[in-house]
Amino acid sequence: MNKEFNIRDIKQKLLNSTIYIVLLVLLLVIIAIEPKFLSIRNFTFILQQAAPRIVLALASASICIIGGRDMSTGRQIGLSAIICSVLLQASDYSIKLYPNIPCLPLILPLLLSMAFCAVCSMINSLLVSKLRMIPMIASLGMQMAIYGAMSVYYDRLTGGTPISGLDKSYTRFCQGEFYVVGIRVPYIVIYAVLAALLYWFIWNRTKLGRNMFACGGNPEAATVSGVSVVKTSLMVYLIAGCTYAFAGFLEAGRIASITNEMGNGYELDAIAGCVIGGVSLRGGIGTIRGVLVGVMLLQVINYGLVYLGVNIYYTNLARGLIMLFAVAIDIQKNIKKK
Amino acid sequence: MDTKYLLEMKDICKSFPGVKALDHVHLKVRPGEVHALMGENGAGKSTLMKCLFGIYHKDAGEIILNGKEINFKSPYDALNHGVSMIHQELEQVQMRNVADNIWLGRYPTRFGQIDDPKMMRDTEALMKDFGIDVNPATKISDLSVSMRQMVEIVKAASWNSQIIVMDEPTSSLTEKETEKLFEIIARLKKNGCGIIFISHKIDEVLAISDCVTVMRDGQYVCTEAVESLDADKLVHYMVNRDLSDRFPKNDAKTGDVILKVENLTTYYEPKVLDVSFEVRAGEILGIGGLVGARRTELMEALFGLRRIDTGTITFKNEKFVPRNSVNAMKHGLALVSEERRATGIIPMLSVEDNANISSLNRCTNRFGFISPSRMRENAQWVIDSMAVKTPSPQTPISNLSGGNQQKVIIGRCLLTEPEILLMDEPTRGIDVGAKYEIYQLMIDIAKEGKAVIFISSEMPELLGVANRILVMSNGRVAGIEPASELDQEKIFKMSAKYL
Repeated sequence: MNKEFNIRDIKQKLLNSTIYIVLLVLLLVIIAIEPKFLSIRNFTFILQQAAPRIVLALASASICIIGGRDMSTGRQIGLSAIICSVLLQASDYSIKLYPNIPCLPLILPLLLSMAFCAVCSMINSLLVSKLRMIPMIASLGMQMAIYGAMSVYYDRLTGGTPISGLDKSYTRFCQGEFYVVGIRVPYIVIYAVLAALLYWFIWNRTKLGRNMFACGGNPEAATVSGVSVVKTSLMVYLIAGCTYAFAGFLEAGRIASITNEMGNGYELDAIAGCVIGGVSLRGGIGTIRGVLVGVMLLQVINYGLVYLGVNIYYTNLARGLIMLFAVAIDIQKNIKKK
Repeated sequence: MDTKYLLEMKDICKSFPGVKALDHVHLKVRPGEVHALMGENGAGKSTLMKCLFGIYHKDAGEIILNGKEINFKSPYDALNHGVSMIHQELEQVQMRNVADNIWLGRYPTRFGQIDDPKMMRDTEALMKDFGIDVNPATKISDLSVSMRQMVEIVKAASWNSQIIVMDEPTSSLTEKETEKLFEIIARLKKNGCGIIFISHKIDEVLAISDCVTVMRDGQYVCTEAVESLDADKLVHYMVNRDLSDRFPKNDAKTGDVILKVENLTTYYEPKVLDVSFEVRAGEILGIGGLVGARRTELMEALFGLRRIDTGTITFKNEKFVPRNSVNAMKHGLALVSEERRATGIIPMLSVEDNANISSLNRCTNRFGFISPSRMRENAQWVIDSMAVKTPSPQTPISNLSGGNQQKVIIGRCLLTEPEILLMDEPTRGIDVGAKYEIYQLMIDIAKEGKAVIFISSEMPELLGVANRILVMSNGRVAGIEPASELDQEKIFKMSAKYL
């Protein structure tokens, strides 16, 4: 009898830590094939690539937890990227789009793009919580509207040439790095860590965070408990919008050549990371640690397979399969066994 | 009475991890018999029925149907062998019509196409047989709960069922609807069906059944013919406690009026019409009436969840217009809602989170951020003072029994230190033992000088716990009387006043 229980317990523990095991196995396989993979340099690269996605996934996860879904993530990134890059071109750049704008401090364009994205996200929120639209549809509409609007602006302004010639201070902020005891640390990794800490704090140590889990878990119960679902949703989306703006700001500075297509499809990566990390799309469930591991897992596949010289299309195949596997396991965890 | 048994379940055992849910349980049903199965929640009634119906697989014991041993692999298997079950939560496809629901899974076909006209004809014939007046083309979601239940029963009959299990069929029916249900049960009985009737309502069981089997804590207690039983005896079998002890003594002292409602009418249908009453501190006001008397709507209006058209609410000598639930709670109201699963608990969150969600303001440190230690203290207070049985504060609330979930929710409300506690059917679906504890909690709250307003469809509960009883009928107040001057018959008459 006791033995049986132990097996059951072990099974449950294994189920609960599946993604960690998958991540570990994956790393071991890659290392077994190519032992040189095991270097600090490679891990720095992986972290550097994962950093902007982590920032995005944190925002997406918050929205998933409150029971929403945001399909406009990528376009909001693009919007922010265009705003920031247009305003932060170097003053000595010969084909500066707004020659009269002086060299701005970085914070101003960032705040402006935050305002834009916050408004878009808050409209998403109101469409869902006030008008009771299905979150995916509301944000899909928003996605197209943002893309349309920013394309019109982009096309008029640039005639289709990518925006480049960014100010040095801007690109340094995004691409810069420093060394700690000989290990390269890109700034962007630090930003991602700060974002994760901030989000951890919001989720666990603020009323907003607690209310967010309650509203996602059971909106009726939250209402009866005196939690305003509309306000909570508005705040969560607002914070997500600001996060998108920040991510767009970083991406623009990192890539340094921006078109209106930038950010396209980012939402799917972000949501995939969340789901692999155990965030429930039905709302109410999720942890920061899970999101981080989910995003890292996807990134290890990306980077690792490229490193091994595997055809890029196999990477997508692997990512798809891993995501299905993770979700299947996750559902098994929560299904009541009979 | 020596006819052969239609169904015999012998020595059924079933274990779940850590619990023995069924321990050598017996149940024997004769043809044409209504056999009641009683016991507190958690006694194992549903588990036993799920073993019969092929949802669970028994560990030991045998099930004999018509002299043959059977062991259904799935509900579909059971249905094919003439065993059907009406679940407490009706499992129907809401957006499809009556005929679709009855023939679901075995649509009649003609040349490979669904034969709709035949489906309609057959459904109509069935309905006629049972004397039920419903159009087969009506969408299920447009029907009342009782009508939906009738449809389920007709569906069971359409499988030529010999055994029909009804799991708490009357829990959401009005008295009138219950009568109709009983007529249909009588008809099934005449056809030689054996009916297993699960119910918590003792009076009904005594009225409808021929034989009663009682279970307690997964064990078989006894089977007796209904003639030799009475309410006291049954309760004694179920809980080992006497009927006179079903309600604790309400010895709270009442003080000044704290809530005064005058001519309250709500804006949207279903409307509360011209309701006036007052509540004193330390008082327990019961609200009685039939299902559909708009008692819940009245509570929603008080709690800011339903728009008020005209009328005034005076709360502690000040005019009060509850704009929304947040606003109502700020003023000192709290609500324990009716459907615990749908609108009470947040299933994936822990007991601790569920307990604290209304009063996060009291869980913050001086910077306004959540303090985990405060949350733990508050959760522990709820667990201790409500006597919640839970392995730990971190356990997901969905792992607790209904009674314990309800205690957490009451605790959640009390953490907000309300002046008035509104409770909508606070003991629905909770076993007798836990009910007693909840009554005691209500009285304790009143003793602290707070007011409790509770809705109940169980008249003994209203009479046993409340100081005064407000009876609603069709959205209006049919009368407010001290509980001591009322009895079940009077309440029943009042609740039909405006029908």
